[in-house]
Amino acid sequence: MTTTTTAAAPTQPVSLLERFRVPGGFALGAVLLLGIAPLALSDFRLSLLAKYLCYAIVAVGVSLAWGRGGLLVLGQGVFFGLGGYAMAMHLKLADAAAAPGAGPGALPDFMQLYGTGGALPWWWKPFANPGFALAATVLLPMAVAAILGFFIFRRRVKGAYFAILSQAMAAALSIWLVGQQATTGGTNGLTDMQGFFGYSLDDPVNQKMVYFIIAVVLLLLMALARQLFVSRYGELLIAVRDSEERVRFLGYDPANVKLVAYVVAAGMAGLAGALFVPAVGIISPALIGIVPSIGFVIGAAVGGRASLVGAVLGAVAVAWAQSTLSDAFPAAWTYFQGLLFIVAVGFLPGGLASLVTVIRNRRTPTTRSGETA
Amino acid sequence: MTVILNQSFTGISIGAVLLLIALGLTLTFGQMGVINMAHGEFIMTGAYTTYVLQKSISSAGISLLVALPVAFVVAGLMGALLEWLLIRRLYTRPLDTLLVTWGVSLMLQQLARDIFGAPNVQTHAPDLLTGNISVGGGITLANSRLFILGLALLSVLALTLILRTTPLGRRIRAVVQNRDLAEVSGIATGQVDRITFFIGSGLAGVAGVALTLVGPIGPTMGTNYIVDAFLVVVVGGIGQLKGSVITAFALGVLQSVLEYSTTVSVAKVMVLVAIVAFLQWRPQGLYTLRTRSLA
Repeated sequence: MTTTTTAAAPTQPVSLLERFRVPGGFALGAVLLLGIAPLALSDFRLSLLAKYLCYAIVAVGVSLAWGRGGLLVLGQGVFFGLGGYAMAMHLKLADAAAAPGAGPGALPDFMQLYGTGGALPWWWKPFANPGFALAATVLLPMAVAAILGFFIFRRRVKGAYFAILSQAMAAALSIWLVGQQATTGGTNGLTDMQGFFGYSLDDPVNQKMVYFIIAVVLLLLMALARQLFVSRYGELLIAVRDSEERVRFLGYDPANVKLVAYVVAAGMAGLAGALFVPAVGIISPALIGIVPSIGFVIGAAVGGRASLVGAVLGAVAVAWAQSTLSDAFPAAWTYFQGLLFIVAVGFLPGGLASLVTVIRNRRTPTTRSGETA
Repeated sequence: MTVILNQSFTGISIGAVLLLIALGLTLTFGQMGVINMAHGEFIMTGAYTTYVLQKSISSAGISLLVALPVAFVVAGLMGALLEWLLIRRLYTRPLDTLLVTWGVSLMLQQLARDIFGAPNVQTHAPDLLTGNISVGGGITLANSRLFILGLALLSVLALTLILRTTPLGRRIRAVVQNRDLAEVSGIATGQVDRITFFIGSGLAGVAGVALTLVGPIGPTMGTNYIVDAFLVVVVGGIGQLKGSVITAFALGVLQSVLEYSTTVSVAKVMVLVAIVAFLQWRPQGLYTLRTRSLA
């Protein structure tokens, strides 16, 4: 499939401005997120921002897999959910163990409600260990993505087929979670977390700490993704996106190239899900099904799927617009969201990040013809 | 034994519903490689058409019969409009089409919510279709399910006849097989695309009429079926009806047998695993068009 979006080539003539653009932008982002935002925003707004930044972390992965790799990942909710549930399970178990009169191995509150025969299911047990749970939030999604991706990419299932399979995965996981009411909380999901590794989540100071963790993770992952983008692997990934057959003829295995992008994106989504739980206080099937999974993609599409900063800003902007508009005008928001899909994806495939280039190309089509919009 | 037979009939009737929905998708997906996520909302359109008609025509039987052609035309026109407005501009970018039509589907759902209200509505099934037929040996077949099965098979038959025998069908097949060659042979591919979309979306409308017999009518009813229907197309292979027919019934029976032996939610996951395993064996689906292109 030929795509009209190309990333800025990494070997441009380097001016002084260009050389400091990336570290400068990174520093600016760090100052905004870690310095100005906590000072300027109220506790409530800061916790909302923390939630948006979780979506932005997913968008970093989407930008890698979809923007650079051409893999339309419509099932990021699966990995977001795996990470989120892994974290939530640990927090629930820790809460139960910390409750007065209970010891380690006590049942989380909702299980006592639905009744699991008084025993903790075996697959809950390892999550009582904080180290295991933390590792699982990232490694579990990556392992699932690696297994699925291996089988899917190996047989060259791609394009629309891949998109539909990944969407079906999101549907299957959320349906499965709803069905296992007694052990997963069903439709309600896991909610009402009290503590976060010994810190009370009710305390505004600790909420602020969660925000800082999320912001730092986002910045680190953006730096990691940026390094991947400019590495030889990043170039190979773009080559696979634009002409998979040619890459194969050159002696590379496109399946492995895609697998790495898919697995890394899954890990990022898992981490985002894990951080989402202490920041928002809930993980439920409604947050990871088909609709939210497509939602993870739209933010990146609006901002610019191939541009890292564009994808992150797009994700934050869409999440902000959703929570601001959907309460006040639910109907208007849905129309707006639909329009956003149509306009952003249909008519501005490079996203808002490409707007400048598009306009510039319109004005002086001859001089900038080397850069495609 | 009775249980197995009853379960397989349930499976076949699930398959018939899937087939009705997937038929239209096979056409539009096969034709332009386009993923139309708004297909589910054309189903919804068909269902609401039945609802509206039943308000003006009191006899449930007649209104259902009238609804079939009307829903076909209404949903078909919406599909043709969608193709003309958006899809034809995007047909070199199939993945983007998926997201754009998802946007359309969101808007259509909201439109339905604004017109008919968010809660589900009900239609009355004709008396003839409410009962059961007892075949003997403890096996009962619901009339409505039999009707849907018949409707699905009739649609397959009609579509096969159109594709095999009419000049239009020949043109459609030509475009599916090789768009460029069809174009240089003097076929107006743009026009063929629009007609294909009309038929494919119209079939979704017919499916919607059938679904009013087995479930509630609501703004999000399309979403419940659309992913399964796409899986049918993926497994069946694009561009050929027989793949979809076999797959729809196979998935339906598999789903209902697994549901019986486990639970609904576990069955969903197992069906998906089965599909991924199947694609290991045939990554392009059950039946594919042989082409020389690198796929």
